[in-house]
Amino acid sequence: MRRLFPHPWLSLVLLLIWLLLQNSVSFAQLLVGGLFAWLIPLFTRPFWPETVVVARPLLMLRFLLLVLYDIVTANITVARQILVRPRQLHPAFVVVPLSLQSELAISILTNVISLTPGTVAARLSQDHTELWVHALHVEDTEALVAEIKQRYEAPLKEVLEPC
Amino acid sequence: MNPLIEALLALLVLLGAAFTLVGSVGLVRLPDFLSRLHAPTKSTTLGVGSLLIASGVYFSQGDTLSLHELLVTLFLFITAPVSAHLLARAALHLGLPTRAAPPAVGEPRDGVRS
Repeated sequence: MRRLFPHPWLSLVLLLIWLLLQNSVSFAQLLVGGLFAWLIPLFTRPFWPETVVVARPLLMLRFLLLVLYDIVTANITVARQILVRPRQLHPAFVVVPLSLQSELAISILTNVISLTPGTVAARLSQDHTELWVHALHVEDTEALVAEIKQRYEAPLKEVLEPC
Repeated sequence: MNPLIEALLALLVLLGAAFTLVGSVGLVRLPDFLSRLHAPTKSTTLGVGSLLIASGVYFSQGDTLSLHELLVTLFLFITAPVSAHLLARAALHLGLPTRAAPPAVGEPRDGVRS
């Protein structure tokens, strides 16, 4: 089973994307999509060195909803900052010490940080232990670091690195 | 189409346009490169998001369901942070003037990796 489907989650996502692209769930499309979902992970195996284990799918779903909510609220904050007082902002770099280890988890974290308005992940240290984050307006550096760690990193660690 | 839904969709389209405009305004008004980076990549996610919701509902009338918007959202969410990250890294690498001092580290300026 593992040999035939090295990355079941990837296969599932590929199948879903195919069905969405075709905008239909007819048997033929299921068959073609299924074929792609089976073959693409096999051919791109060297590209995915780690096997992804989603330990707690429900927590992952909650995390995604949280991120979506944060994107909306932070967008409004950033819009206000831009319109009302662009000259009084205090942009700053903060250094977030990472406790995540898997590359997938780290890349999801950086993407989430960049997607949430007001913060951009700017650089990952060579040993993958620190992440530089540029923030548009920082009042309390430590509070921001703590928020990122507790709000985004902790759930990711639980879902993708359960040990 | 139900006029109430139509009004709601029009509102969403306007909201999306407004957020996109704010993003462009930010590009002009913010002081340095790294701050400017936040405006278009960010306000745009919600702007495009509202436009996509409106589009999805509008084209899903009757028994047809338009789900292409979901894909657009997915691809946008994958590509936007990556390009923002690359721009930020390039700015750091070039040492562009910035109002936020980059943290001092012992590491040499990075080359290919990290």
